[in-house]
Amino acid sequence: MWKWLHPYANPETTYQLSHRLVPWFTGLSGVLLTIGLAWALLFTPPDYQQGDSFRIFYIHVPAATLSMGIYLAMAISAFCGMVWQLKLSDAAVAAIAPIGAVYTAIALITGAAWGKPMWGTWWVWDARLTSELVLLFLYLGVIALNNAFDDRQMGGKAAGILAMVGVINLPIIKYSVEWWNTLHQGATVSKLGKPAMSPEMFWPFVVCFLGFAFLAAAIGCLRFKSEILLRNSTRPWVKQLIVNKQEL
Amino acid sequence: MQPTYSYWSVFKLVLARDLRIALRNKDDVINPLLFFVIVLTLFPLGIGPEPATLAKIAPGIIWVAALLSTLLSLDRLFKSDYADGALEQLILSPYPGFIWILAKVCAHWVLTGLPLILISPLLAGMLQLPLQSLEAVVITLLIGTPVLSFIGAIGAALTVGLQKGGVLLSLLILPLYIPVLIFATSAIDAATMSLPYSGQIAIIGALLAGAVTLAPFAIFSALKVSTN
Repeated sequence: MWKWLHPYANPETTYQLSHRLVPWFTGLSGVLLTIGLAWALLFTPPDYQQGDSFRIFYIHVPAATLSMGIYLAMAISAFCGMVWQLKLSDAAVAAIAPIGAVYTAIALITGAAWGKPMWGTWWVWDARLTSELVLLFLYLGVIALNNAFDDRQMGGKAAGILAMVGVINLPIIKYSVEWWNTLHQGATVSKLGKPAMSPEMFWPFVVCFLGFAFLAAAIGCLRFKSEILLRNSTRPWVKQLIVNKQEL
Repeated sequence: MQPTYSYWSVFKLVLARDLRIALRNKDDVINPLLFFVIVLTLFPLGIGPEPATLAKIAPGIIWVAALLSTLLSLDRLFKSDYADGALEQLILSPYPGFIWILAKVCAHWVLTGLPLILISPLLAGMLQLPLQSLEAVVITLLIGTPVLSFIGAIGAALTVGLQKGGVLLSLLILPLYIPVLIFATSAIDAATMSLPYSGQIAIIGALLAGAVTLAPFAIFSALKVSTN
């Protein structure tokens, strides 16, 4: 297995791999999102309680789930960068952070838009909402730290350490916020427990979720490619790419 | 190079050195404390002198002010050592980073956390906090402020090489302070209502144990990145 992984420590090989993967991910996410969103927004029956406004679920929940998944991906690549001193892992941290921040922001904004008709308010200090907001702050911290260094290499490493500290803290924050909420106020907002979804509502969700996941992967590969190019801009193989006028 | 000092004497040496340096520029010790007092004075002026209102929000005010004054003092934790090269020498020294980082953070806590605890009963009185919650204020500060120092030192180590690290530091560190804030204020609230608050204290103690054992490793690798 290590022999198989070994060539990918070389920036050029990894660059070529992401270059080949981007069209696949883009295509898959385009197809899945078109099918999933059309299915979800046009053909799924309206919810018997929430009517049509529940349809934002198909954007909100994938974004919220992936916002946490992307943080984990970022922390894992930071960990690999720390343990095996892989420079490419630091590049991956820098590439992933803004995507996660945008997904978190999408989850918060769609959540607010959903909360207004359902709960009658844009924002409540509910445990889930608060921990999602803190997740956004953690992402913004990683991005800010990465940008603060003049040297990209150092910025990526520092951001990676922060990402790892954050991933240890995230469960603590989540549980403390949950406890805080139950201590301070009663159940004004009942939690969105997993409703027993009917299959005609569930399958469009799966398609949408995969679509959003591949979208994140596609943007991730694109950003990763440009991070590699920026960090290796003086290397001969990058110059060769430009001389060949190859599509970057 | 063979290590010539025991770990314990390295700890004592670094601690004594940091304390001595700080006591020679007393402003660095006094200014965060003054900041703490002034912030606490601003709240009654902004909210109104109603004793019932003040007593209700006092735990939150005390703890937010403690967070901010810790943050204010963190900037200089590694800065002067970084500027004069002492930090690089410490990293190159044959002693494990864990020991001298522990000593430096302890010195930071003695200089910023401890004065804050000593003055907190007075300020709690000024904020009309009932007498039975005084003990909770002191205990939460006693075990909570070291956590602030340890977590904050990670941020200080990450930003020590930067010209304008101060604002960035608060962006990095304040979200990580949330659990301490939540449990400390809820302990004081419980004490105000004469309820037991040992559970909250136990959790802050767990956070402290985690911070003492894990944070020095994060601080050391952050310092290595910063000094490059």
